[in-house]
Amino acid sequence: ALSTAALHAEMADDELVINGDTPITVKAPAADHLEGHLDEVYSGWLFRTDETRAMEQDDFDNPIMIFAEQGQETWSTADGSEGKSCADCHGDISEGMKGVRASMPKVNEAGKLWSMEDYINDCRTNRMGAEAWGWDSTPMHNMTTAIAVESRGMPVSVKIDGDAQPFWEKGKEMYYTRYGQLELSCASCHEENYGNYIRADHLSQGQIQGFPVYRLKNAGVVSIHNRFKGCIRDTRAETYSPGSDEFRNLELYVASRGLGLDIEGGGVRP
Amino acid sequence: MKRHVAWAAMAVTFAASAAIAETAPMDVKFTDVGAVAESLTGQPGDAAKGAEVAATKSLGNCVACHKVSALDASFQGNVGPELNGAADRWDESQLRGIVVDAKHTFEGTVMPAMYKTGPFIRPGDGYTGKAAPADLPPILNARQVEDVVAFLMTLKEE
Ligand code: HEC
Ligand code: HEC
Ligand code: HEC
Repeated sequence: ALSTAALHAEMADDELVINGDTPITVKAPAADHLEGHLDEVYSGWLFRTDETRAMEQDDFDNPIMIFAEQGQETWSTADGSEGKSCADCHGDISEGMKGVRASMPKVNEAGKLWSMEDYINDCRTNRMGAEAWGWDSTPMHNMTTAIAVESRGMPVSVKIDGDAQPFWEKGKEMYYTRYGQLELSCASCHEENYGNYIRADHLSQGQIQGFPVYRLKNAGVVSIHNRFKGCIRDTRAETYSPGSDEFRNLELYVASRGLGLDIEGGGVRP
Repeated sequence: MKRHVAWAAMAVTFAASAAIAETAPMDVKFTDVGAVAESLTGQPGDAAKGAEVAATKSLGNCVACHKVSALDASFQGNVGPELNGAADRWDESQLRGIVVDAKHTFEGTVMPAMYKTGPFIRPGDGYTGKAAPADLPPILNARQVEDVVAFLMTLKEE
């Protein structure tokens, strides 16, 4: 209902360079599959205030880096019955995990769509003899953040064709489903109304390449699935659980809407 | 004793007629342009109460999406158009239709239906994220809808 010009008026005209040396693409032409839906894609970072944007420009000011450091420590700490650490098999995290975040979620060898959390827990339980971490537990947040940092500035590279396509199609269907008593879909807010305000909230395109993010409101790390859970709940709907197949499918589809953007590796959000 | 019984009988008829006069969400009739002619309660609404319903998050929360200068609510949103002057643009029956279920007026609109009990996809119990009870109430009851309509009717600029 609103013109494109009006929408963009409320977005920051700014460039993201982390620590002065890592430029991040936060604005790009939309992928072909979005034709007729979006012309350009934008990071949620552009919709935040000057202060919040500044926090993400410098690791000393970005609260998520404390979590990333803890994840890096765990990376080389042996755990479980096999007495192995992540580093024993993957080497230095900066080499072993480079680009991994950009490709998630992806189909595993058994043909199942897995998120980063699933790959991590598979290594913990099947390769280390250690206990699985909860999807939204502190050690999981620390590790997914530490791994995300290693893909900073790399373009989103999720695969959506071939064996990934059926999952992608299901995620797309979810994205346009009008859930709950408010009958709102992801698109109602993040495609039709990005740039607008819903009460005090400045709506972004709901992209996930900045995740995991540090939310100032909860003073903690928020996973992709946890964000989805909150957004569906806010439509007065019965939501889904983090780690559900539905959210894996949705994650793949939403990730693909960010094709063209770069991984931020730990965003800061209000 | 006789008088007592007569009073009781009268009270019963009264309650019954009030219940009949209130139109249930499933029974609301829309015109082909999405208007609803009759008051849902058979009574006129209270504009002052309607203003409160419109500004309160747990009730109508209209300010989440609309700017309304007459309301004293911070951070009014702009997902929908400003409502200033709404009564110049629409008559009462059309405004009632928009509040009850705006999809009859604006096809595919994001504006939620305030007086609807289903069908919904995965309806929840308010904002808890849990499944809705079997008898999910509408977001606003009939009286609150009429109060909001009365409030909207005060939004004149001309
Ligand atoms: C005993 C060896 C071993 C250990 C210990 C181990 N991994 Fe793995 N990991 C693997 C193998 C083998 C794969 C699958 C092969 C591949 O795709 O690289 C894998 C895959 C992964 C992947 C998916 C990578 C991709 O690109 O698909 C992630 C993420 C991962 N591991 C994280 C971890 C973390 C975090 C830890 C420690 C908590 C850990 N791994 C411990 C052997 C190990
Ligand atoms: C009622 C409106 C509404 C609906 C419907 C909605 N969201 Fe959101 N969403 C928000 C608001 C408000 C925010 C916080 C501001 C922002 O980043 O847009 C948000 C934030 C997000 C973010 C974080 C973006 C960032 O950069 O931090 C993601 C991801 C997201 N939403 C995805 C979704 C998905 C997927 C759906 C559908 C399942 C959805 N949303 C449905 C309102 C909504
Ligand atoms: C989630 C967003 C949302 C909420 C909440 C909402 N509306 Fe709306 N409303 C809209 C949109 C969007 C339109 C524009 C119709 C369209 O083209 O889709 C609209 C249109 C209207 C109109 C017609 C506008 C005009 O002046 O021509 C009225 C009147 C209205 N809404 C009243 C209300 C009232 C009263 C409430 C609360 C009880 C409310 N709305 C809650 C989104 C919303």
